[in-house]
Amino acid sequence: MLVLVVVHGVMAVAAPALVRWLGRPALYLVALAPLAALCWALAHTRKMNSGGAVAESYTWVPRIGLDIDLRMATLSWLMVVLVGGIGALVLVYSVRYFPPDQTGLGRYAGVFVAFAGAMFGLVVSDNLLLLYVFWELTTVFSYLLIAQDPTKRANRAAATQALLVTTLGGLAMLAGFVILGEGAGTYRFSEIAARQPDARHLTAALVLVLLGALSKSAIFPFSFWLPSAMAAPTPVSAYLHAAAMVKAGIFLIALFGPTVGGDPPWRPLLLVTGIVTMLLGGWAALRQHDIKLLLAYGTVSQLGLLTAVFGGSTANAALAGAALLLAHALFKSTLFLVVGIIDVSTGTRDMRALSGLRETTPALAAVAALAAASMAGLPPFAGFVGKEAAFAAFLHGSASDLVVLAALVIGSTLTVAYTIRFLWGAFATKPGRPPTPVRAPARDWLVGPAILAVAGLGVGAAAKPLDGVLAPYADMFPASGPAYHLAVWHGLTGPLGLSVLVLVVGAVVGPRLAADRLRLPFDGGTVYVRVMAWLDRGAVELTGATQRGSLPSYLGVILLVLVFGLGGILAGSAPWPDRGRAWDTSLQAVVGAGIVVAAVAAVRALRRLTAMILVGVSGYGVAVLFILHGAPDLALTQFLVETATIAMIVLVLRRLPAKFSERPIRTSRVGRILLGIAVGAVAAGMTFVAVGGREATPVSVAFPDLAVSFGGGKNVVNVILVDIRAWDTMGEISVLVVAATGVASLIYRRTAALRRRGGGAVTIQSPGWLRAGAGGQSVILEVVTRLVFHTIVLFSIFLLFSGHNAPGGGFAGGLVAGLALAVRYLAGGQAELAAAAPVDAGAVLGAGLFVAVGTGVLAMFAGAQVLQTAIVDVHLPVLGDIHLVTSLFFDIGVYLVIVGLMLDVLRSLGAEIDRQGLTS
Amino acid sequence: MTPNLTYVVVVGVLFASGVILLLERSLTRVLMGMVLLANGVNVLILAGGRYGGPPIVGTTPQDEMSDPLPQAMILTAIVITLGLTAFLLALAYRSWRLVGHDEVQDDIEDRRIIERAERDIGPGGEDTDEEPAP
Repeated sequence: MLVLVVVHGVMAVAAPALVRWLGRPALYLVALAPLAALCWALAHTRKMNSGGAVAESYTWVPRIGLDIDLRMATLSWLMVVLVGGIGALVLVYSVRYFPPDQTGLGRYAGVFVAFAGAMFGLVVSDNLLLLYVFWELTTVFSYLLIAQDPTKRANRAAATQALLVTTLGGLAMLAGFVILGEGAGTYRFSEIAARQPDARHLTAALVLVLLGALSKSAIFPFSFWLPSAMAAPTPVSAYLHAAAMVKAGIFLIALFGPTVGGDPPWRPLLLVTGIVTMLLGGWAALRQHDIKLLLAYGTVSQLGLLTAVFGGSTANAALAGAALLLAHALFKSTLFLVVGIIDVSTGTRDMRALSGLRETTPALAAVAALAAASMAGLPPFAGFVGKEAAFAAFLHGSASDLVVLAALVIGSTLTVAYTIRFLWGAFATKPGRPPTPVRAPARDWLVGPAILAVAGLGVGAAAKPLDGVLAPYADMFPASGPAYHLAVWHGLTGPLGLSVLVLVVGAVVGPRLAADRLRLPFDGGTVYVRVMAWLDRGAVELTGATQRGSLPSYLGVILLVLVFGLGGILAGSAPWPDRGRAWDTSLQAVVGAGIVVAAVAAVRALRRLTAMILVGVSGYGVAVLFILHGAPDLALTQFLVETATIAMIVLVLRRLPAKFSERPIRTSRVGRILLGIAVGAVAAGMTFVAVGGREATPVSVAFPDLAVSFGGGKNVVNVILVDIRAWDTMGEISVLVVAATGVASLIYRRTAALRRRGGGAVTIQSPGWLRAGAGGQSVILEVVTRLVFHTIVLFSIFLLFSGHNAPGGGFAGGLVAGLALAVRYLAGGQAELAAAAPVDAGAVLGAGLFVAVGTGVLAMFAGAQVLQTAIVDVHLPVLGDIHLVTSLFFDIGVYLVIVGLMLDVLRSLGAEIDRQGLTS
Repeated sequence: MTPNLTYVVVVGVLFASGVILLLERSLTRVLMGMVLLANGVNVLILAGGRYGGPPIVGTTPQDEMSDPLPQAMILTAIVITLGLTAFLLALAYRSWRLVGHDEVQDDIEDRRIIERAERDIGPGGEDTDEEPAP
């Protein structure tokens, strides 16, 4: 069975190519996949006859109970025959239905056969979770099939509606499955059925499962999506909305029936919803002028009938249901296909415009008449056999059974009435209306519908063998009264009398009923539209109320949450430490005072440059705090970063106005200051409480020993960066690469300009070493920077290499090298920068990341953990003993990324802004 | 651990001034607020680690070392701030190039949605057929 699913999948993938290659006839090839499913099922008919089953099982996701358990028993066999047989015939029919130049035919063929495969998988699934997977796959594929022409708005709306309704039901069903599966300890349906499911939560589970089944099969109150889905191409309707997808819900009801048919909600729920749907659908069908819509409402009505009959949950009712299921699939898909031919041949489906088709297309009319006879329940067609069985099943029961029987009779009468309306509307010659011009349909186009119509006749005639095949399924239900057997002739019985009554009343009253017009007071469709409109409106209101579009107000909300949330905890339940110390050394207080003064002044500054310098001062102050705290690495990095930041800001500020623009701001100045002070107070309180709350021994106590023994270095901070927490550093340099790329793409306005990032375009022929002044800058500064440049770069490399055992490392080294480049640029402009670093900043960034990642990956290939450090001691002839630690290479990567970042910033914020300033 | 009150005050002031600047509309001020805030966070993390000598084996006895772990985290944060600074500067410059100033504008799309909400209409209206309905 899995092979057949795979065959469908392969065919779905190959279909677009086949159609491109062969054109429309490729659909014949595609039809082989569902045909194979049909043949496979027919080959097992004998086994079904004796009540056997075919089963396969493969492990898939055992941890959640999702395995590929496939099983075909009688009911599945019936569905496979329908899904495979009708699928193949509809594909053959589609060859003629679509014009030769139809766009999207390959997509249609692929999705269609994929749908057939999903449907096949659905009906042979024995695992509830697997069944759900296939169930949703059919939903998705039906969405794609209904929206076959995505340029039409009606198609999109109908497809979305069907998708939303059936998916909602499907999710409810999944919840029901999970309740069932967890209660039983297995998701295998055959096992759940064998051991009678756990009674706890069973009612809830069944209602949820039924929600899925009823929505899929367009049962009231979900009926509205099916008529809307008639926007789909007619072959799609014939397959999805007559034979396959809408039957999935019925299939599920029929599958669960033998196990849970006796449980409280099952029978009443199905009987009531089924009967309501049957009557409403039949009534609505009588009011249609579009013959396709008429069939759609007829389908709704018949699905209601099937639901009610299966809901009866007795052996006889189940037998009747199975026979009706088969009969309905045969005649309804035939009629849909006939409508498709009429639509394409005449250009209309409106029965007020159609006239005289009985004379002009006699063969088509004959096929339609055969199918319609089955629909109305004329003997000896399949429809008659099924309906007789249904009448018989409810004839000898309780009072409620008789109510159901009465409803079935009324529903069948309506069916006869709309069948007559259909035949009359499609084929009759209307008085005073000339025959509709029609292109005679090709003969081979009729093959599909004809086979299906004749099958309807044949099934009726072969009622006895059919009874033998279906009996094993019906026998799973409890018997009520003597066992009924399918047959065309039972003698003069009650059901026969009812059938005659239905036919006579339907034929007499039907045409009169059709003239009547009555609007339904309640329609699921309007509810759907209201709910969707309400959702849309609600979304607008919510977005409008929360997304005000102003950055300060967003920030304000976040900060207020911080103040009231965290501040509330601090004020309420936080364990405040009962002591603190003013400082570790009094110098800290002096430096701290400086930071405070600079920060407050920066807030008050009106000129950009002043503010920048004050921010820089507070930053240097923090660096001094680092030194005093005993963190030389931090201090070094902070000093370098502050310097680099100032350099960068100066590069940009030279272009911006000197003063901040003072425009009125929504949030008042006082409010902002109050919020700032509140956040500051909360942060200070948090620091106090959090630090005071530290009692356990820090994890880092062991780090110094680890650093030496595993990391091979004495500078603990550096070893943490390149070894113990190297993943952090890896993430960090990735962020830097992204930031640098972002800077470049913001400044360079065109992709072509990005090439200048390499610096090559501005290279001026070198005037020779130390001959300066070409750009009009200070000669002395330029020459001096050239002289010290190499020394600074050497120093940066020294920092990089010594960082493992002394303050320094890749970050500090890279920043020093970057500052060296910045000095060259400031002294001599873009030409100097290009001469100092004739490489693409992007290449340096990439190389850095590559080296860092490569170090980690190499460790992995060597059998160690990613980024694990190895220590190598080698003796070289001249240099002496070398103590090599592999994390050095990681640090080299970091170094390169930092240099790349600085170079990128200088090229973007420096050289490119220069150029834009010159040209604009 | 006993909290160092100097750090507590510095953290509070850096957070407060950083937030005040962050709530401004000028991107340059936002940038400076961000830098101040980042420094405040760094001091906060620093305050959580033990005070002592440089964490370099051989230079300082192990029981006198300052806590190295917060330092490694701060070092990462410092360099990330550098990247962020560069990015914000590029944004400010770009904004100045395009609209003549570096102020954060209100989002136009958000404004449109607010207008829709005030006029009580739903979203969409763009969903039309590319071809005339049959």
